[in-house]
Amino acid sequence: MLAVYIIIGVVVVLAIVLWLLYNGLVRLRNQVKNAWAQIDVQLKRRHDLIPNLVETVKGYMKFERETLEAVTKARNIAQQASSAGAGERAKVEGELSSALSRLLAVVERYPDLKANQNFMALQEELTSTENKISFSRQFYNDSVLRYNNQTQMVPSNIVAGMFGFKAGEFFEVTLAAEREPVKVSFTQ
Amino acid sequence: MGALLILIGYFLGLYFDSAITGLVIAILLWAILSLVAYFQGDGILLGMSRAKKIGPDDHPRLYNVVEEMKIASGLEKMPDIYIIDDPALNAFATGRNPNKASVAITSGLLQKLNRDELQGVIGHEISHVKNRDVLLMAMCSILLGTIVLLAWYGSRFLIFGGAGSRRSSSSGGGGGAQIVILVVALVFMILTPIFAQLIYFAISRKREYLADASSALYTRYPEGLASALEKLGASTGQLKSANKATAPMYIVNPFRQKGMKASDLSSTHPPISERIRILRAMAGASFNDYDQAYRQVHQGGKGVVPAASLAAATVPITTVKLEGEAGELNEIQRVRETSDAMWRLSNYKTITCDCGAKLRVPPNFKEPQIKCPHCGRTHQV
Repeated sequence: MLAVYIIIGVVVVLAIVLWLLYNGLVRLRNQVKNAWAQIDVQLKRRHDLIPNLVETVKGYMKFERETLEAVTKARNIAQQASSAGAGERAKVEGELSSALSRLLAVVERYPDLKANQNFMALQEELTSTENKISFSRQFYNDSVLRYNNQTQMVPSNIVAGMFGFKAGEFFEVTLAAEREPVKVSFTQ
Repeated sequence: MGALLILIGYFLGLYFDSAITGLVIAILLWAILSLVAYFQGDGILLGMSRAKKIGPDDHPRLYNVVEEMKIASGLEKMPDIYIIDDPALNAFATGRNPNKASVAITSGLLQKLNRDELQGVIGHEISHVKNRDVLLMAMCSILLGTIVLLAWYGSRFLIFGGAGSRRSSSSGGGGGAQIVILVVALVFMILTPIFAQLIYFAISRKREYLADASSALYTRYPEGLASALEKLGASTGQLKSANKATAPMYIVNPFRQKGMKASDLSSTHPPISERIRILRAMAGASFNDYDQAYRQVHQGGKGVVPAASLAAATVPITTVKLEGEAGELNEIQRVRETSDAMWRLSNYKTITCDCGAKLRVPPNFKEPQIKCPHCGRTHQV
């Protein structure tokens, strides 16, 4: 009789442990999904801002056609890739970032443009969106790290294997130009 | 601190012939105050400081920075943002849980800080929200308040009130023991509030360090907060609307005095110079780095960040940013930006005349046209 109770007890304890581990993994996976959705929102926001920016800037920058075209092109490529995985997206968005920072560096040569109210508001939005992208990326990567650790460490890796929890993909910035913030020199 | 409350209630009860009565009084008082603070605390605090709520269009820079920090901290809901129209430099966070939180900043501070510094300060406040410090400190301060209140009334009763009737009822026997209890209770009632206060200060200071560490982690840039604290430390203006009860909510102690000692026990905040030294000594931006910097500044001893949150991987600090980065406003522009927002929040209309003058039209101005007092052009209102 005692043996039966012990077996029942062990089974119950195991079930509880399994349940807790499973729920923990689900919670972390949902956090990763949420964080990814946040990046997505900010990237979309950037895609929406760019046509506006190009339109405002166009009238002032007659000699920067190439820079402007590069931005528009990078934006269109990035927008088409918006359903791709984290790795692929990070690459095209990185290129858009560097095209944008080249444009904003060029703006320094146009004092009239810099004083334009419309442009100043746009620039605040753009700066903030860039920050939001990097902060949401930061949070996403932290979440992925936590989730991946959990799927690889004993004992939760057993549960992860049983229920098919796959490791998450980091949103890494691959371009060297994107890693370094652009330095703008004021002395020409 | 809860234990202290129960003890003081017990001794107060001894005076009323039953310890239970005292306990019930203590717990009831505490419960009522807690409930009020829980449901109305943020409203009372914001109302007392005459804070004005802003939307995304009122002050885009502030709104964006708060949203950035919300994203960095992984907070689920955007906190409400308030501006206090006061030249003193300070900021605070309030709200009973992370889903119903508010961040408030004085207009003076908003004008003084560049983007990185503002990010550091807001990161500090958001982490108070995220770590649920607001609720913790509110509950602690109410516990403290209850203890002080009870001790004050208790000692008045013991010294002035009802002594005659007590003596007649206890004169039969054990009068000596009664007096001993009375003396113990009296000493206790004098000491308890002091102890409670010290505990409260210690908790408060610890949460400040933790919020600094979190801010550095969120922004990945401890220098932003350090340089903001430097500006905060250099100012001497006191916040008009702050009082002793709300002091621990602010980013720096609104009643601070110059030259405070590092080991001062009677402050809700660690000295600013020390907080700056720790932030500047950080080698990376993780909690671990903050803990090491803290030990370094304090010459060994215990760390300040709870061990559970130390397990983070190495986190590098963002490459050095500079004031004057592309698009960064200078101080004059920030003053204009903030004062424009404050006028708008008071329902004034702003008309910019071609001559460069700005006309502020009060809400009760009924005429359809207004003349610029500087150059004489007429404008439609």
